[in-house]
Amino acid sequence: MFNIEVNSNLIEAKPGEYILSTLKRAGIKVPTLCHLEGLIPSGACRMCVVEVEGMHDLIPSCAFPVSDGMKIKTHSARVVKARKTIVELLLSNHPDDCLYCVRNEDCELQKLAKQHGVIERTFAGEKNKYFLDMSSPSIVRDPSKCILCGRCVRVCEETQGVSAIDFIGRGSKTRIGTAFDEGLNISSCINCGQCIMVCPTAALRGQRYIEEVQEALRDPKKHVVIQHAPAVSVTLGETLNCKNGADVSGIMTSALRTLGFDRVFETSFSADLTIMEEASELVQRIKTGGTLPMFTSCSPGWVKFLEQFYPEFIPNLSTCKSPQMMLGAVIKSYYAEIEGIDPDDIYNVSVMPCVAKKFEAGRQELSNNGKPDIDAVLTTRELAMMIETSGIEANSLSPSIADNPFGERSTAGKLFGVSGGVMEAAIRTANFLLTGYELEQSQILEIRGLDGIKETIVQLGDLTLGVAVVSGLNNARKILEQIKKGRNDLHFIEVMSCPGGCIAGGGQPIKTDIELIKSRMKSLYYIDKSEPVRASHDNPYIKKLYDEYLEHPLSHKSHKLLHTSYSEREVLI
Amino acid sequence: MADLKNLKCCNECWHNKDNPCFHFIDCITGKPVCHNDVDCEFEQSKKMSQLKNENSEIIIIFVGSGTCGLGAGAGKTIKAISKYINENDVDARIVEVGCIGICTEEPLVDIQMPGKSRISFKKITEEKVNLLLDSVFGGDIPIEHVLGQYNSRLSIDGIPLLSELSFFMHQTRWVLENIGIINPVNINEYIANNGFMGLSKTLQNYTPIEICNQILDSGLRGRGGGGFLTGKKWHMAQSSSAEQKYLICNADEGDPGAFMDRALIEGDPYKLIEGIAIAAYAIGASKAYVYLRAEYPLAIKNLKIAISKAIEYGLLGSNILDSGFNLDIVIKMGAGAFVCGEETALINSIEGKRGMPKPRPPFPAVKGLFGKPTIINNVETLANVPKIILNGAKWFNSIGTETSKGTKVFALSGNINITGLVEVSMGTSIDDIVYTIGGGIPNNKSLKAVQIGGPSGGCIHTSILDIEVDYESLKTVGAMMGSGGLVVMDEDTCMVDIAKFFMDFIQRESCGKCIPCREGTRRMLEILEKISSKPSKGKSISQLERFHSILHLKSLAEVIQDTSLCGLGKSAPNPVLSTLRWFSDEYDVHVYEKRCPAKKCKDLLVYQIDNTKCNGCTICSKNCPSDAILGELKHHHYINQDKCIGCSACLDVCKPKAIFVN
Repeated sequence: MFNIEVNSNLIEAKPGEYILSTLKRAGIKVPTLCHLEGLIPSGACRMCVVEVEGMHDLIPSCAFPVSDGMKIKTHSARVVKARKTIVELLLSNHPDDCLYCVRNEDCELQKLAKQHGVIERTFAGEKNKYFLDMSSPSIVRDPSKCILCGRCVRVCEETQGVSAIDFIGRGSKTRIGTAFDEGLNISSCINCGQCIMVCPTAALRGQRYIEEVQEALRDPKKHVVIQHAPAVSVTLGETLNCKNGADVSGIMTSALRTLGFDRVFETSFSADLTIMEEASELVQRIKTGGTLPMFTSCSPGWVKFLEQFYPEFIPNLSTCKSPQMMLGAVIKSYYAEIEGIDPDDIYNVSVMPCVAKKFEAGRQELSNNGKPDIDAVLTTRELAMMIETSGIEANSLSPSIADNPFGERSTAGKLFGVSGGVMEAAIRTANFLLTGYELEQSQILEIRGLDGIKETIVQLGDLTLGVAVVSGLNNARKILEQIKKGRNDLHFIEVMSCPGGCIAGGGQPIKTDIELIKSRMKSLYYIDKSEPVRASHDNPYIKKLYDEYLEHPLSHKSHKLLHTSYSEREVLI
Repeated sequence: MADLKNLKCCNECWHNKDNPCFHFIDCITGKPVCHNDVDCEFEQSKKMSQLKNENSEIIIIFVGSGTCGLGAGAGKTIKAISKYINENDVDARIVEVGCIGICTEEPLVDIQMPGKSRISFKKITEEKVNLLLDSVFGGDIPIEHVLGQYNSRLSIDGIPLLSELSFFMHQTRWVLENIGIINPVNINEYIANNGFMGLSKTLQNYTPIEICNQILDSGLRGRGGGGFLTGKKWHMAQSSSAEQKYLICNADEGDPGAFMDRALIEGDPYKLIEGIAIAAYAIGASKAYVYLRAEYPLAIKNLKIAISKAIEYGLLGSNILDSGFNLDIVIKMGAGAFVCGEETALINSIEGKRGMPKPRPPFPAVKGLFGKPTIINNVETLANVPKIILNGAKWFNSIGTETSKGTKVFALSGNINITGLVEVSMGTSIDDIVYTIGGGIPNNKSLKAVQIGGPSGGCIHTSILDIEVDYESLKTVGAMMGSGGLVVMDEDTCMVDIAKFFMDFIQRESCGKCIPCREGTRRMLEILEKISSKPSKGKSISQLERFHSILHLKSLAEVIQDTSLCGLGKSAPNPVLSTLRWFSDEYDVHVYEKRCPAKKCKDLLVYQIDNTKCNGCTICSKNCPSDAILGELKHHHYINQDKCIGCSACLDVCKPKAIFVN
C-alpha cells in the first residue's frame, strides 16, 4: 500500500490497481462509460480521464495503474471541459428521440449530458443512420443509438466466449455489427442478452411482445394463462420500489390477475417436473452406461451455444425440455383436457428473466405439430412496463397465490433462478430416486455463490458423483475443453448462460449490478431455508400430475411432452 | 545453392546453412580465414569486384524498376531494351535496380560499357530506347539524355558526375547507399557491398547488451515519427527474462506522400533483413515479423526473395553463422489501415484481431505480441543499424544535431521541381532540402509552406524555412519529424483546403475506438467544410452556423489532443492547429469575407463578367450547366450568383476573356 494525492488529499492505493479502483474505494466519483467491472479495460470512451501531474495528456483512470506519490486532479477545469466535449461529441451523432426511447430516463448518455450541464448543441453535423436489426427473436439492435463504448463486444467475447458482434467499418463510419454485417438471427448470437444489460443506451434492447399479449387479453375467445419463472419474483420488486431482492411473488400474482390473465402458474412447478425427469435421466444414464457427463438443458443460450460451437457434445445434453417449455406443453395438453378447453384457444404467456426464452419458444423442435406451446414470452422488464402502463399500484394489492394445478412448487424448483440451483434440486431428487431416502444435508454450499465455475463431489448412497456448476459461457468453454482433453471425473454439469444464473438474466431490470445479484440470490436461498417442501419429488401436484396423466418419469407420455432433441446448428461465426 | 558455390573461396570452404561457418562473411569478402592461399585470395577479390560490376566484360544496362520507375514506364523500357539486344545480338545484361531517388527523371537507364564508367540516362521511355542504345553502342553519348556518370577511375570527360549534381551533392546517403545501384534481390551483390558485415561483426564480437549499448550510444532514434531512442527501447526488451520475445518491423507506411519504406524494401531488402537480424539478436528474439502493406506488391516480392536467399545462405534460420543465434522472419501483410502503423494496433492486427490500439501501459516492450515482450522498429530505423555496428556509434553520431543524430530520409512531393527520395544529415535546413536538393518551386511560383510529418505533422511557414531537420526543433514550430513525408506547397495552395484534406484522411482512417478521435475529427472536418462552403445556397450553411462552428474549432482540437487514446488521435488535430498558427489570416478571409484567396475552395469563388470586355456572344450562357448566365445576344451578360455552381465552364469558353473570378 502507498499513498497517492487526489485533489490535494492523500488516499491509499494498492500497487498494480488502476486509478479508477483507488478513486472508487475512496468515494471519489469519476464518470465512466466503457468501463465494465471485471473485464479487461479498453480505455475507449475517455470519460474517466484525470489530470496526472507530470503527464502531458489526460490519463484514462480506468486503464492506468497507480504509482507511488502520483498526484491526480479528478475534476480540474481541463478535465471537466474534456468530459463535456466528449459527451457533446457523442450527442452530435445521436438521434434526438429520447421521448421515443425505451431507455428514456434510464440512459447513461442522458445522465452524463445532464451531469455535465449540456444545454445546447455545440456540434452539429452529419449523423450516421443505420437500419434497425429486428431479425433476432430476442434482441433488437439499433446502431443509430450506439455510442460504440464496446461493452457489448467485450461481454460477448470475454464473458460469454461467443463474439457474435465486433467493431466493423472505419473512422466515423465505425459501427458494431455481426460477421458480414448480416442480421443477428443468422449470427452466432446465443440470445443471452448480456449485451442488453451492459448497453448504456438503447442500441440494444429486447424484442417486445407486450402488444401481442395485450391483444390476446382483449380477445374474449382466448383463455390467456401466464407462468412466471423462479427468478422473476425476486427482481420485479426493484421496479415496484420494494427492497432489493424482495420476493414479490404474491403481489406479482395479484398484479397479473389485475392485468387480466385467466390463470397464473408458476414455472417453478415445472422446474420440479424438470427435476423429476432430469434426475431420472441422470440415474438412467449412470445405470445404463449412457453418455456422461450429462449437461443441463434449461438455459436456451447454452443449448444454442453447444449446438453451434460444440455439436460433438449434443449427446451429453439432457433431453429434458426447459421448465418454460414443459409447462407450455402440459398446459396445452393435460390442462386443456381437464379444463375442457380447446388448446387452440389457450394463449400461453410466460414471464421470464431472459430474452433467449423468446428464441426458445420459437424453436421448431419445441412446437406441437407446428403450433407453439408458448405463444409469447415477456421479460421482467416488459412485465414491469405493463404494470406501470395499467396504473396498478403494487402497494395497494394484497398478495395472492398462483392457480392450481400448476401453482404449487417446492423450494427446489424456485432455486432454478440461481446458478447451482438446478444442481442442488437435482441432487436432492436423484438421491431420493437412488436411495429412497431424503438427503441428510440438503444444502450443498460448495455449489452456491457467484463463482463462474463451482465443483464438488456428492455421495448418493453408493454412488459418488462429480458435479460442476458453470455460469457465463466462457467458463463453459473452459470445462468443455477440459473434457475434450480427457477429463472424466465429472458426471453432471449445470450450465447457465448468464453469470450468476437467471437472477442476472438478460431480461432482468437493466440496473443489474453485483450487489443486486447477491441480494436476489440471498432471497432465493432464504425461500429454500424457510419453506417446508424442499424437494421436487415432494411436491404433491407433481405426484398428482404423474398419477393422473404422465404415469412416471421418462414414460412414453413424458417423452412425448417433456423431452426434445437437438441438432448441429450452422451459423456465421 | 548455385550462387553460394560461386561465392566460396575454394573447395576448402565448407559453409552451408546446415553446417555454417563463423567466418563466412569475412572469408568471402576478404581472404580465407582457415587457410592461407594467395590464389584463393586473388580469386576472391576478383569475384567481389565482379559483383560490384567493376571491370565488367560485357555491357550492363541498369533500369530503375522501383514502383516509381515502373509507373513512369520502366516495364516497357525494359521490354524495348531486351528486344534491341536480341535483335542486334548485343552481348549485354539487363539489371533491374531500385529507385535512386530522383523519381522525376524516371525511367532511368544506366549503361555501363566495358572499361567505361556507368552513365545514367534520364526519362528513357520505350520510344527513346533504340535511339539511345544506337548512339551509346556507337560510341556517341547523347548528352541531352544524360543525368550523370558514376564516380570511377574510368570516368568520361564532359559528362557531369552524379555526385556533383546538386540533388546528390548535398545528401548524405547512408541508408539509401545501395538503392538504385545494386540488384536488390541479388544477395551476392549486397554482400560484395559490405552487406552482412554488420551482422557478422555482431555475432562474432558482441553480446546482446553491448549491441543495445552501441545503438544507445549512437543516438539513433525511431525514424517512424516518435523519435524514441532505439537503444533505450531495445534495452527494455533485452532486460526481460521472457523466453519468447518478438521483433516487429513496422513497414505499414501510411502517410499520404510518404514512400521511403517502400523504396527501401524494394531497392535494398537485404539491408533491412540485416538490421532486423542485429536487432533481434540484441533483444533476444528468435522470431521477427515484417508488417508490410499489401499495397506494396513489389516490396513484398523482393523481400520474400531476399528472405529465402538469406535462409539459403545461412544468414537467417537456425544457428546463423554458427553463433547459436536463430531467427525466422515472417512477412505479415497489412490491409492498409493507417492506424495499424500504431504499435498496439499493429500487434492486434498481427494477432488476427481488428487493428485497434490498446491503452498503454502495458507497453509492448513488456507485454506485446501474443503477450510477449515485443520491440517495434520502423524500416528506416532498422536499415540504419548495420552501418552503425560496422562503423561504430561515434561515426554515426558525428553528424547531426545535439539531440538528433545521423541522417533522415525524406520523400519529396508536391510543387517541387525534383520529386523523389532524399537522405540528408540531421540539421540540414528545410530550405536546403527544398531549394538546393529539390531544385525549388516549378513555374516561377513562390513557396507557401512545407508540410512535414504526414497527417500527424504540420506546416512550416516560409518565414521559418531555415529550421533544421531535428526532432525537437520541428516540434517547436508545431510540426514533427514524422516518418519523412515532405510535401511542398506553392502560392496557389489554400491552407484551409490542405487542412480539410488531412482531416478528411484522418476521420476516415480513425479506428473508431475512442470518442474524441472518431467523432471529433469528423466534426472538425465539417467545421472546415462549413467555412469553405457557399454561404447562401439551398441546403447550405447559414451565416450563424459558419461563425458558431469556427468558435469551437480550436477548443475541440485541444480536447482531441488531450484525450485521444493513441498517437494518431492525439496528433489528429495538428493539420488544423498548424495551419491556424501560421495562416490564420487565410481562415479569417474564408470566414469573414467568404473568399478563398488561393481560389481553391470552389464554393467560395465568385465568377463575374467584365462589362468592358463582354461582347455578348452568348457562348458562356450556352455552356453554363446551371443556367446561371443571363443576357441577350450582343448585350452584356450577367451571372446569377445564386444559381452559379462554380464549375468554371464559362471561364474556359469566353473568348474575349471577360469572365474573371473573385
